[in-house]
Amino acid sequence: MLSSWALAAGRTILSVAVTLFGLAALTFFIGRLLPLDPVAAILGDNATQAAYDAMYRQLGLDQPLWVQFLRYLRDIASLDLGTALTTGKPVVEDIARVFPATLELATVAIIIGTGLGIPLGVLAAMYRDSVVDHIVRVVGLLGYSAPTFWLGLMGLVLFYATLGWVGGPGRIDVLYEFDIEPMTGFLLLDTALRGQWEVFGNVFSHVILPASILGFSALAYISRMTRSFMIEQLVQEYVVAARVKGLSWARTVWIHAFRNIAVQVVTVVALSYAFLLEGAVLTETVFAWPGFGRYLTNTLLAGDMNAVVGCTLLIGVIFVTLNLVCDLLYRIFDPRTR
Amino acid sequence: MPSDIASRPGSIRAWLHAPVPASPMQARAQQLWLKLLRLVGNPPALLGLVILLVILVMAVFAPLIATHDIYAQDLTIRLQPPSAAHILGTDELGRDVFSRIVFGARITLYIAVLTALIVAPIGLLIGTTSGYLGGWVDIVLMRVVDIFLAFPSLVLALAFVAALGPGIQNAIIAISLAAWPPIARLARAETLSIRSSDYIAAVRLQGASSLRIILSHVVPMCLPSVVVRITLNMAAIILTAAGLGFLGLGAQPPSPEWGAMLSSGREFVLTSWWIAAIPGCAILLTSLAFNLFGDGLRDILDPRHG
Repeated sequence: MLSSWALAAGRTILSVAVTLFGLAALTFFIGRLLPLDPVAAILGDNATQAAYDAMYRQLGLDQPLWVQFLRYLRDIASLDLGTALTTGKPVVEDIARVFPATLELATVAIIIGTGLGIPLGVLAAMYRDSVVDHIVRVVGLLGYSAPTFWLGLMGLVLFYATLGWVGGPGRIDVLYEFDIEPMTGFLLLDTALRGQWEVFGNVFSHVILPASILGFSALAYISRMTRSFMIEQLVQEYVVAARVKGLSWARTVWIHAFRNIAVQVVTVVALSYAFLLEGAVLTETVFAWPGFGRYLTNTLLAGDMNAVVGCTLLIGVIFVTLNLVCDLLYRIFDPRTR
Repeated sequence: MPSDIASRPGSIRAWLHAPVPASPMQARAQQLWLKLLRLVGNPPALLGLVILLVILVMAVFAPLIATHDIYAQDLTIRLQPPSAAHILGTDELGRDVFSRIVFGARITLYIAVLTALIVAPIGLLIGTTSGYLGGWVDIVLMRVVDIFLAFPSLVLALAFVAALGPGIQNAIIAISLAAWPPIARLARAETLSIRSSDYIAAVRLQGASSLRIILSHVVPMCLPSVVVRITLNMAAIILTAAGLGFLGLGAQPPSPEWGAMLSSGREFVLTSWWIAAIPGCAILLTSLAFNLFGDGLRDILDPRHG
């Protein structure tokens, strides 16, 4: 038993290590594809030949490709992703600064997506082919098909400009900007911990629209998957047995069947959390949200390869980690996988 | 139905419903006919197909359908709401939005079709080879697939576009680079179930090479599910392409690409909402149509995964 666990653990670690190595290789390759001259990007067009050569050597571009790759690996291992040309600061520092904003947005989004997606998915499975099921299907289809940046723009027009229900672009009104002393970087948490409820309300009014739009795509995925997991359970004999014994339909579904799909649902939620990072790139651009996604697009448009490669690598690592966590959750909570 | 056929023995309908097909061609035609009937019996899929056909017609006959020159600027009529002269209004340079949407269909379909043509053969070949040969080939190829799958497709496409430079061709390359791995995964899974079947063993005993078995006996079997998957992926591909256009990394202005149109309409969205709303509707409809049609196609071509 123990040895099989050790074997499985060893295999998982090896496969994660290979994948991480691959991530590094792929991002290195992307960084080297650049048609721009990295030296000219730093020094500008008017640099002297001597300065150019010195920088060329300093960047290690005179070394063979494999030496450059080994250096790149060493730098990654010591969390050095180079300096961002756009801000002049280390990429790692930049990412650490902008990441909490994205994490806050994604967390509110996943709360909305999960809070609505799971009940909708279960209801659709309970009342299969009914009006409820069709509505859930249409909502899901729209979530899959609608461009989030367009939904964001239309949401701003309707809820901000026309109705005035929510705050506009950005994380907070300028009026309150200096009332906040950063503690965690999560503005909702910071303001709540200090009891600044007025500021909290303002922050909330800013986050709710982008988070709802981001959460909508998560909702589509979560409700669709929950529905199909639940349908699989509802034809099982234990469900019939529970019904025959006189348990109510709601109780059978929510207490008995739901427990069996819980692990699968948690996995889906974790995966959609990772996909929110992707959605955040476009949503943040629309809402001028000072987070990771906007940082990525800004550096991208400026041709700042260090920052782009760093961001891409980070997203890859987050993906691999979340996948690993899902895998572990499965093994721990689902006895059938042992 | 049988009485109907009996009454008109020479009709095409009777030929298509004959209980015993007389030729391989008739058998194939009957199969196709049955599939068509099932498609017609699936209203959402039919709706998807109709929308796609409308878009296709728009793209093919764009010069005939468009009412105005898509590049002609007229600042005296900029930002006009929908009217009789400009049924979807005009944009910030006074160009007719309807005509631009019509021509934009060409770009969207161009991206979608070209991506499918790049992604399908690569995914199929890598997936079937990996699944059929197994062993080290399988391990290495699937690791590569895993690495590509470790990035969300938009982020990977963004990174490639950053490296290759903006533009529609580069956007297609970037999207394809991000879109082939799921196809390879799928083709491999299909191949694994086909590999151990008796007819493959029979072909192998007759001395067929691995290449021949893969190309003429495994790939055709994988095709239906790959076609379904690509149709469904088309929705995501169109959203990614529009996203790249929106960020200014895909098709460049003054090209009437829908994402780029939406992006330029952004500045005026608070006063002239239609400039941004209409290209967005076009993107939504196209992506929705691919999703609906893909779902229906899955029920027809690939009943096992329904």
